[in-house]
Amino acid sequence: MKLKLATAALSALMAAGPALADLVIPDLSYRTGPYAAGGIPFSDGYNDYFTLLNERDGGIGGVPIRMVECETGYNTEKGVECYESTKGEGALVYQPLSTGITYQLIPKVTADDIPLHTMGYGRTSAKNGDVFSHTFNYPANYWDGASGAVNYLLEENGGDLSGKKIALVYHNSAYGKEPIRTLEELSKKHGFELVALPVDHPGQEQKSQWLQIRRDRPDYVLMWGWGVMNQVAVQEAANIRFPMENFIGIWWSGSENDVLPAGEAANGYKALTFHNVGTDFPVFDDLQTHVVDAGKAAGAGDQVGTVLYNRGLYAAVLAAEAIKKAQEISGNAEITPAEMRTGMEALEMTEAKMAELGLPNFGPTFSVSCENHGGDALVGVTQWDAANKTWTLISDFKQTDGEVIGALIDEDSAAYAAENNIEGRC
Amino acid sequence: MPDQLIFAMEVFLNGLMAGVLYALVALGFVLIYKASGIFNYAQGVMALFAAMTLVGIMNGQVPFAHLINATFGTHAHKFGWNIPAFLAILMTMAVMVLLAWAVQRFVMRHLVGQEPIILFMATIGLAYFLEGVADLMWGSEIKKLDVGLPQGINLWIDETTFNIFGYGFFIDNLDLVATVIAALLVTALVAFSQYTKQGRAMRAVADDHQAALSVGISLNFIWIMVWSVAGFVALVAGIMWGTKSGVQFSLSLIALKALPVLMLGGFTSIPGAIVGGLIIGVGEKLFEFAIGPLVGGATENWFAYVLALIFLVFRPQGLFGEKIIERV
Repeated sequence: MKLKLATAALSALMAAGPALADLVIPDLSYRTGPYAAGGIPFSDGYNDYFTLLNERDGGIGGVPIRMVECETGYNTEKGVECYESTKGEGALVYQPLSTGITYQLIPKVTADDIPLHTMGYGRTSAKNGDVFSHTFNYPANYWDGASGAVNYLLEENGGDLSGKKIALVYHNSAYGKEPIRTLEELSKKHGFELVALPVDHPGQEQKSQWLQIRRDRPDYVLMWGWGVMNQVAVQEAANIRFPMENFIGIWWSGSENDVLPAGEAANGYKALTFHNVGTDFPVFDDLQTHVVDAGKAAGAGDQVGTVLYNRGLYAAVLAAEAIKKAQEISGNAEITPAEMRTGMEALEMTEAKMAELGLPNFGPTFSVSCENHGGDALVGVTQWDAANKTWTLISDFKQTDGEVIGALIDEDSAAYAAENNIEGRC
Repeated sequence: MPDQLIFAMEVFLNGLMAGVLYALVALGFVLIYKASGIFNYAQGVMALFAAMTLVGIMNGQVPFAHLINATFGTHAHKFGWNIPAFLAILMTMAVMVLLAWAVQRFVMRHLVGQEPIILFMATIGLAYFLEGVADLMWGSEIKKLDVGLPQGINLWIDETTFNIFGYGFFIDNLDLVATVIAALLVTALVAFSQYTKQGRAMRAVADDHQAALSVGISLNFIWIMVWSVAGFVALVAGIMWGTKSGVQFSLSLIALKALPVLMLGGFTSIPGAIVGGLIIGVGEKLFEFAIGPLVGGATENWFAYVLALIFLVFRPQGLFGEKIIERV
């Protein structure tokens, strides 16, 4: 009897403990609540790429990948709970898809020696790897977005923005305020006038802001929005007949969700991006065969190729390539989170590598180092075609203003280092 | 005329229009409070549920498709037909009546005579339950709602005001339609409440459940009727707001815009909801226009509550609310 009990207890313990032979990737998703429309496609893309690697390649380096999904509802407290409940499983990297959760996790992941990847969101100055040892925000951050927008407008105006007026419609939150400092610096440098127009959460009522835009007649409008704020802004812009081609959103304001409700009126609207759009890449054939048709897709398979699906897929690609790099450096197929961090810090994404993965010209080329956790800061622009319901990449991934952004990152990260007694490590 | 004054007039008119949209949401709260003394926390979610159901029916979407497909391994998402808006609105109204019956049968019936706070808590539970059901039933994606309402600048007003002031005013056609609908709705609801047998019964139930029962009024019928009418108002609000922003889960947050309207207009007055909405709409827009730029903008959300609180200090029952008389 005692032997039976001991065997049962041991079996239970083994079942409850982490399976060491897996590469564990938590997915802090939000498939419910007000922001689910953005969370679902990202999570589907993130999961489906790892499923593809399992089904087609038998995992990475012969080790299968195990996804651990945890629903955050885009709620910071729940996000932290998800982190705490999954980190013990041997989690290799976290991608929380929320700036609020990111801020809470930065000190935690540093203490737990687990890397955190915040792709195009989170704390911008985390690009400084000298201070933020475990946080990575490659290939681009919010300040790159602000600079990318201004660079694009410079190109549109023959390199001269002096005398132009640019309005920034932003979500009145820490996220929405992110680009203001950068844009202020860039306005001094290039001589344009910046008008900042905050929109209160959630952003369903924006009449005041768009009446002001109609009165002030800015040449361009930039938008830092999320959720319902994006759809209302696009509709209000159409209502006041603001030229859509002069309206540019950050990448979190540039998905199908943001333009479809306005119908034809949204035609020509632009958005910044750090990855390509659509399904015209060889990897999507493999996804169809090994994942969607095989009934192994994370969702209903109806999100494949949407902007946010592609972003989730790209995040998974970058995580998988970092795992390969970590395996190469450590010589272990079953890597630890610390080895994953080393792999992320040595990551190099070349066009040849992207083509080999079936994703030619899908994302910018960049490399990561101990000092630079943000990559090479290349940003592109997409445009919405309402008739065909498609986004198109209309510019190359181009260099942003490292001089202005670098100084701001140094200033912000130095303040964080001083507050937290962090010494440079690179 | 100075430019700033002309701009202020445009802001004033747009404030009136925004106020009508707030009032449409507030009306649903008033109806249920008037009839049952319940502050229905679920009113915003009812607008969301109604709008999602309407779009789902119009697009021929299979309800609970994800659940059905996950359970049975099927791939059913669409029935393959589209239903005209008018018919879909009628069908959605039938669903809202069914919902009213379910609320009465499974929630309210068991809480007759309970403290108002208990009833309020029940509606909080109902809100979260409904939100989950709506998610499961129709999915989380953002849906375009087009029932044929006009949108965009009204050219006649633009041209007329341009000829008078040298500056064309912006008024959204959708807001004009909302104003007409709200006027019709309020007239109908006031007439119903004041001049019909059911309306008087509704007010009797609001005064005292037990007393109403003792004179032969059917609580069950009254509550189903009131929740159905509130469901209809929620559908109208859902159509207006859903047309502006697409139908999505944030739609339930429009309830936040109704709270200051209720505080100002009173919880028991249908005209109060409209007047309260107009005051809040105009007040917040003019404040944002005049003071907003001096304090960094985004003043509308908090200023609406400040305005409501100022009114509360002088009239705790709201502008049109019934005066609270306590006799010892």
